[in-house]
Parts: sequence; structure tokens; C-alpha cells
Amino acid sequence: MPRIGVFVCWCGSNIAATVDIGQVTEAAAEMPHVVCVEDNKYTCSEPGQASIRQAIAQHGLDRVVVAACSPRMHENTFRKTISAAGLNPYLLEIANIREQCSWVHADRVAATAKAIDLVRMAVAKVAQHSALTSSTSPVTRRAMVIGGGIAGIQAALDIADAGHEVVVVERSPTLGGHMAQLDKTFPTLDCSACILTPKMVEVVQHPKITLYAYSEVEKVDGYVGSFKVTVRRKARSVDESKCTGCGACWEKCPVKVKSEFDLGLGTRKAIYVPFPQAVPAKATIDREHCIYYLRGRCRICERFCEAKAIVFDQQDEIINVEVGAIVVATGFQQFDQAAYGEYGYGEYPDVITGLEFERLVNASGPTEGKIKRPSDGKVPETVVFIKCVGSRDEHKGVPYCSRTCCMYTAKHAILTREKIHGSKVFIFYMDVRTPGKGYEEFYRRASEEDGARYLRGRVSRVYPKGGKMVVLGEDTLLGRKVIVEADLVVLASGMIAQPDAQEMARKLGVSYDQHGFLTEAHPKLRPVETNTAGIFLAGACQGPKDIPDTVAQACAAASKAAALLNREALEAEAMIACVDEARCSGCLWCEPVCPYKAISAKTISERVGRRTLTRSVAEVNPSLCHGCGACTVACRDSALNLLGFTNQQILAEVEAVCP
Amino acid sequence: MRVYSYYPGCSLEGTAKEYDYSLRALAPLLGMQLVEIHDWSCCGSSAAHATSHRLALALAARNLNLAADMPGGARDILVPCAMCYNRLKVTSAELAADSGLRSAVESDLGDKWRGAAITAKALPEVLLGDIGVDAVAQAVVQPLEGLRVASYYGCLLVRPPEYTGFDDPESPKSMDELVRATGATPVDWPHKVECCGGGLSITNRELVAGLVADILGAARDAGADVIVTACPMCQANLDTRQGLAGKTRGTDFGLPVLYITQLLGLACGLSAASLSFQSHLVSVAPLLEKVRQLGRARQAAGGEGC
Amino acid sequence: MSVAKTKPEADGANAAAEWQPKIVAFCCNWCSYAGADLAGTSRLQYPPTVRIVRVPCSGRVNPRFLIRALQRGADGVLVAGCHPGDCHYSTGNYFARRRFLLARRFIEYLGLEPDRLWVKWISGSEGNKFADVVREMSAAVAKLGPNRKVREAR
Repeated sequence: MPRIGVFVCWCGSNIAATVDIGQVTEAAAEMPHVVCVEDNKYTCSEPGQASIRQAIAQHGLDRVVVAACSPRMHENTFRKTISAAGLNPYLLEIANIREQCSWVHADRVAATAKAIDLVRMAVAKVAQHSALTSSTSPVTRRAMVIGGGIAGIQAALDIADAGHEVVVVERSPTLGGHMAQLDKTFPTLDCSACILTPKMVEVVQHPKITLYAYSEVEKVDGYVGSFKVTVRRKARSVDESKCTGCGACWEKCPVKVKSEFDLGLGTRKAIYVPFPQAVPAKATIDREHCIYYLRGRCRICERFCEAKAIVFDQQDEIINVEVGAIVVATGFQQFDQAAYGEYGYGEYPDVITGLEFERLVNASGPTEGKIKRPSDGKVPETVVFIKCVGSRDEHKGVPYCSRTCCMYTAKHAILTREKIHGSKVFIFYMDVRTPGKGYEEFYRRASEEDGARYLRGRVSRVYPKGGKMVVLGEDTLLGRKVIVEADLVVLASGMIAQPDAQEMARKLGVSYDQHGFLTEAHPKLRPVETNTAGIFLAGACQGPKDIPDTVAQACAAASKAAALLNREALEAEAMIACVDEARCSGCLWCEPVCPYKAISAKTISERVGRRTLTRSVAEVNPSLCHGCGACTVACRDSALNLLGFTNQQILAEVEAVCP
Repeated sequence: MRVYSYYPGCSLEGTAKEYDYSLRALAPLLGMQLVEIHDWSCCGSSAAHATSHRLALALAARNLNLAADMPGGARDILVPCAMCYNRLKVTSAELAADSGLRSAVESDLGDKWRGAAITAKALPEVLLGDIGVDAVAQAVVQPLEGLRVASYYGCLLVRPPEYTGFDDPESPKSMDELVRATGATPVDWPHKVECCGGGLSITNRELVAGLVADILGAARDAGADVIVTACPMCQANLDTRQGLAGKTRGTDFGLPVLYITQLLGLACGLSAASLSFQSHLVSVAPLLEKVRQLGRARQAAGGEGC
Repeated sequence: MSVAKTKPEADGANAAAEWQPKIVAFCCNWCSYAGADLAGTSRLQYPPTVRIVRVPCSGRVNPRFLIRALQRGADGVLVAGCHPGDCHYSTGNYFARRRFLLARRFIEYLGLEPDRLWVKWISGSEGNKFADVVREMSAAVAKLGPNRKVREAR
């Protein structure tokens, strides 16, 4: 016979103000198998937990019900409590009388009656509990970092420095991501390349890091501690081991293509490295534009390659990597300005985005750092910046703030004033948001010292007139229309999720929000973990972020991953499906239902009378089972059951509600 | 031959008769058959929707119901007037979204709402989406090469975008496409969707003169010979207030304002008389003369003509 | 201090006198149970008609459970899970969706009103939706009246 103890929590007045604790304890004392009932002001406090341990010893309890806050809050706390008193930690049930009772009802009588019902359900369920143990599985001490921007670079270096092997997968031909495209960084005006490229080099030189550039993650199987990742190494048409990056091939290549890295403002060749400091410094042939692939003739690059590295018939290579943890650092893309017809982006060459402006001011960019407008190469005298294009606009863009645009626009203003003497800078803004170390000071510098004219208001239209771009806006502080005849208009584009972020999320089995950003396990307390154990988030794949925040988050994700890889073995889920072999008919209807491929057939032999028969039954792999219980419903023989949520337990709860 | 239910609306029987005439003359050339909705009534624009939301919906709903009951079966409605188009679109959307509103309107009408399957379409929407710009170009017999045309959309044809949806509400292009199909050059100009002040044309002439002058000035700066529109209010306003607008700026704009159907009709070889150019206040004669000259020049150069 | 105390709601005020339906809710741990918790932390008030059974996934809910609940006199059963595409176990709610489409028809076949069974997708961030669903469902089930048919046949 079970001996159940019930502990009712006041939670100060949070529960006690709405639920009559006295009545609940009285009612609980009458419930079957209950041998002891206590109430505490705060059961989760140390004295509260001590009273549970004491009662277990004193009354010989073998099961415990705590009526308190949500099990999502303190189930683990109390499992540890009863475990310390010698009970199996799974012989516990929580009645949620705070979040789902006292906080949502005002009527004391009704709330008390409901609380009693909830306790009755928990008592009925716990009576059916059995002791559970979890199996352990080994940890593959290797991490994968998906994405080779600053977030991925930082995470990879930190995990590798902690002593673990790291595999970095980057889909473009080079590391660097968006940060490599930037010119200076706010608020210190450090040169972006100067602080980034040494880190890129460090990645390839680190003995613990393997870099797969120009590669994509195809498939992720397995579970925390033991992921199996399929990576497609796309064919570069260049043997990486032979290519020296000398550049003879792209010097000679006759095909000019718009450079993705320069956002179409400059050109590259059909065989190329995206930018001079690319890492790895290996050439890649763009098969969509290479004449040899299009027309079967040319092969000039091959002729000039002294290293004999060109391999025209190279194939994609599929490799399998086993890792224990995964850091996702897949970054963001810029908001598509096509939604703003009134600004004419795409129609008028002198309307550009902030990232394009970065390429124009960058010394290694298409204009060698001279700000020239794309239409005619003229140095602009008047530059208008429009902020929040896409951000904070529920109608045409996204509702959130992209967090970086205020600061990079201030930076652009400073750079414009610095590089073009006598230039005029106008900035149309909604608000100026500068939360960050040195950020407000930087904005002040732009507006006060460098003389950028900040105008609070939106721009309604941009159109060309006589070689100028006319910007129609409003100064809402003065309440009047503003018309600026500008030479160049820069749109501060918001950050949005990568176009394939959702597909990546599905591959990884992590969740994403309505905007396609991957979601963290808890917005405050678990900011870099996902709901899938062993997968961590770094950088703008989780939401818009600037470089300092990205690096901080990458360090955090790396430390989480390293902590995981430091463990000898991992405890598997204890509440998993189990098979009653005597009942199982071996139909295996459960097998296709399981999302984790945890169910397979096994052959058993049984003695029936004098004969020994062999037959097939279902078997659950405890390391793969996540405990969702889908198989239990598919089972026609009720042979499958979910430990901790057995059919009997759930029915006991149902019957406790409907006596 | 594509068959449409045709809802002309009150303007096309009054100030915008030339829109109606030119559209009816043009339709067969572009493979369209228009079947006028029997006993159509006010669409609920102007006074109605400013004073009673429900009345405006009921009026539009009545016409959509009539379209649903057409003897030849329910078809899409071609709505040349931008205001009528706007009211019919808004009504369809609001009645689809709100069952409470729907039953209120049904009780006002004393009739069930049957218009759910009916789609109201604007003229550029039909010509581009259904007929196709290639078919329009094929119907052209007198290309307008050399003519520079400013397409003026106004406020109602492409807005609100969640109801209209066939073109970019801030930088529309549909009429420009049609203009290009005639061989003329659509000019890029900034005032495609600026307010012309049509609603205040009678009550606040000074204000309207300023707005009209801005639009005409922008079109002239862009080098336009003519403005085309698909809205009776815009056409009436830009045409009738052009003199006053010119006076405020000390200039004579002399920019004829045509319906898109009139321009297309011209290119498709319809006569000036059938396109009712005589009812315009700003003379269309210089424009027609220019078209003739361009045609002669083209013939002299041995280019393809009519 | 709970808001409930300072702002008495009409919900429970006359509760003692009036009959209120009893609804058994099966909520998945990851979305809907979390949504119900959020309704609590946001102090959203809803009628005290619902008793939540926590399950790992809506795919764990065997139609047997809800038949048993109705058989034992529950006036309504709510099955709530993650939105399609957002299942913590990737596919559980798709199985649930198919099962409960059939279950509704089965309930009708039994001679009960199919509206006694509700299936709703409520995410962990939709505390509001959870409270709304309970309010709506309580009103709808109240309209159907007590589930006497099976209760009395027992």
C-alpha cells in the first residue's frame, strides 16, 4: 500500500489569499493512501523542503504530492528534495494550484474546490507512480558550429580553446559573414577587417578546428551528446589542398560577375575569392557564370594554375560528422527594400542600403573607400539617411527594432562628414536608441560635433529631379514639411531572419518565432539554449544583434557547449516509452509514428508449454526516446506505455476529476 | 472573348461620359464583352460612406448581389471608376471578415448577401491581369512612339493595398505598362499617388489649385505631353482646375488629362469622335496634332505605321 | 498580492448558486500547459470550470481518455497542443489532429454533442488565448447543459 504525504504551499499570500488552505489540507487527509498532510508558508524554501524530508522519515512516506506552483517551476527542486530523503525522485507529483488556480480565479469557494480537485488528481496519479531510473549515454567530445560569421568564429575558438574538437560549417566560400563587409565598427570606429581577419586566420590555424567552407548542413540525426550530422561539401571545382590562393586564375578569367560581397556595387570573376582576405584563401568557380560550364570552352584558369588545382569535374562530397553539441550561428539577412515603393530602391541607383554604404566607404570596396554615388561616380555633397526602413513598421516591414541601425547610421554620418569636406548630412529618424556602452556619446558626437542634422519624422517619398534625389519628409518636432535635394539616399535597412532559417530549424528540431528567428529556451534565464538539448544559439539567428552582443552570446553558447562536452556521460530521459512484451503482438504500428526512430523490432523466444517459440516484438531505444508518447496511442494492444504518464495514471487523474 | 459584368457608376453617366464611351468602344478591340448590370445603383461612395458606414456597405452590397444574380451567371465585375472600385472592394472584404456586420447589412437590404463569390476588378487590373499586356500591344495599330505619358493613379485605385493589392500602393506601375504597350514612353515622376484634392474641388478651390499645380508641375518637369488616369474624380479635377492652378503659378500648363481608355483607343485606331475628346476643358487638339506628326514622321522614315 | 483579490470578477461571484460545467483539459507540457501557466502569471481570469491533466504531447492523448472522461460525466473535454508545425516532438500534434477529427464524429455517433470535445492549438506565449478558449468553451458547454446522457446511464 502506498504511503502518500501531501504538502500544501501558501506561497505567501499568492495561493493562501484565494484558496482556503485549511479546507484543502482537511480534504487531502481524507484521500486514499494519504498518511500525512502539512502546509507551509513557502514549501520551496529550505525550511519547507526540510519539513518534507522530515515527514518522509517520520511517516515512512514512499510518495509525495506538493500542491504549489507549476511543475515547470519547481518539479526539479522537489525531486532533489525527496531524493535527498532517500526516495526515488520520480515518486513525486505536483498539483499546480497557483498558476492554474489561485492566480486565475477570484472566487474563494470555487478556487478552493478546484484546488482540492487538483490535489485529488495528483494523489490518484502518484499512487500509481513507480520508481524510474534513467540510462546514461556517452558524449562525443566534438562540437559543430554552423555559420562562420563573427558569432560562429567566436564560438568555435572558445570551444576549441576549452580543449574540444570543433567542426565549423560555412556555406559561402569564406569565413567572415556580414562583419567582413563592414568598414568601421561603432562606437570606437575600429576597422572591422582589422579586428575580424586575425580571428578568421586563427580559426584555420587552430589545431582543434576543422573548417568546411562552401558546405551546408543537409541533415541532423541523433540527440544530445551524440548528433550525427550530414554535411554537403559543395564542389568548388578547385582542389583545396593544392590551391595556394595565388590569384593567377582570377586575374586571367574573362568573365565578370556582380560581386555578392560588394552587394552588386563591384564585380568579381567567375573564378574568385569573395574578398582579398578571405579564409580559406582558396578559389571557387561559380558554375552558373563560368563559360566552360556554360559553353564547354575556355579553361583559361586551368592553363594559368601552376598548382594544377582546377578540377572541373569535381563532385559535391557528402560527409558524416559525429558531434556532441551544436552551436547555430547562421546570422541574418537584410530586409528587402522592395516593400517601400516610395523610396525607389532598386529603381534609382542613388538610393542604397546601409550595408551598401559600408562597401562604398570601405577601402577595399569597389570605390576604394571614396564615397561616390553609384549612378555617375560623383562625390555626394548632401546625403540623406532614412532610419527604420523595415523595422518598427507593422504594415510594410517587421514590428521589432533591428537594434543596430541607429548606431550604424550615426557612424555613417560621422564617416561621411569625415571623408567629404563640407558635406551635409540629414538623418530622418523615429527615435534614437542608444543603449550600450559609449553608444549615447557616439550619437552625440555625430549630432553635435560632426554636425549631422537629425530630423524627427518619416520620409514619404524619394524621387529624382535634375540629377538630384528629392527627399520629401516631415520634421514632426517643428511640425513642418522638409524637402531635401540629396545626392545620395541611404536606407537603414532592418535585419530579418535568413530566408531558410525555418528549414534549418526543422533540420535541427528547434523552434522559431513568427519572424523566423530561432527561439531560445527561456528569454531571460536560458538565452543561448534551445528547447532541444545540446543545441545552442549564437548571434543574429536568434534575433537582431550588434557585434558586441553577438560576441557575448557566442561566448555564452560556447561555454554551454563546452560544459556539456566536459561531461563523461549524459543521463537519458527517464520518462520514456516501455513495451510490455507479453502484450505486444509485434504489429509495429508504433514504429512509423515515432519521430525519433527509437522503435525497432526485436526477436524474443518464449516457452509455451514445452515448446520454445520465437516472435517479434517492439523495442524502445532509451537513448533515442524523448518520451512524447505518440507510440502509446498507436499501440493496438496497449502494450506500449509511457513511464511517468502511463495510461493507468492518466485515467486515474480523469477519474479523480469525475468521481 | 472575356465577358465581364459592367458597373459604370454615376460618374460615367455624367462628368466622365467620355470614359464610358471610350471604354465601350475599346472593349471589343481587346477581346472584352461588357454586360451592364441591370438596375445598378449608387456604390455608396461620396456622401454615403462619409455619413453612414452601414448604408455605404449596403449600397455596395446591393450591387454585388445584382452581379451575383446576372442572367449569364456570376462573373467578375469590371469597375472603371476608382471610387466605385474602392467601395466594392472594401465592402466585399468587410462583409467577408465580420459576420455581425454581414447580418446587419442583410437586414438593411432585406436580402441575403450573395456577393461573396464576386470579385470587383479595376480597369488596369483587368487589362494587365486578364487580357495581358501582349494582347494590348497586339491591338495597337497606331503606335504612339515619341509620346511621353505621365500615369496618374490618385489615391483610391491602389489603396488600401490590403483590399486592392494589384499594384504597389506607393510606386504603382500597372498603367505605365499599358502606356508602354501603346509604344508611348511612360515617364518616371514622383506624383503618381499624391492627392489631387478631388474631394475639396468645390469647397476649397485655393487649396485644390495648389495640389493640382504640384501634380501638373511634376508631370511637366518629367517631360510629359499628357497625363492619363483611371479615376473620374482625378480627371475632372486635374482638367477643370488646371486653369486656376496655372494662375497660382503664373503659367499655362496646357497638359491634357486623358482616361487611360482614351489613350489606348487612340493607339488602337479609334476615331477622335468616338473617344469624346471634345468634352475636355484643356484642349486635346495639340496632342492629337502631335500624334499625327509623329505618325507621319514614322511613315516617312519607313517605319511601321497603321 | 494577487490582482484577483482587489478585482473580484463576475466569473465566480454567483458560482455557488449556478451550475457550472466541468471540463477536463489535456494540455501538452511544452505549449498549452505553458500557455495555461502564462495565463496564471499574467493573472488573466477565467471560469473555474477546467481541470488540467498534464501530458507530454497532444499526441499522447488516447481517445480512450476523453471517452472515459465523458463516460464519467465530464461536461466537456479540451485537448490542447502546440500549433501545427511547432510540436516539440515535431509531429505529435498532427497525429492528434487526425485522431480528434475522428473522435468528434465518434462522440456524435455515441449520441453526444460533438461540441463537448474541443481541440485547440495554444502556444506557450498565448496565455490570453488559453483564457479565451476556457471562457468560450465554458459558455458553449454551459449552453449544451450537463452531460446527463452518459452520467445517468452509468
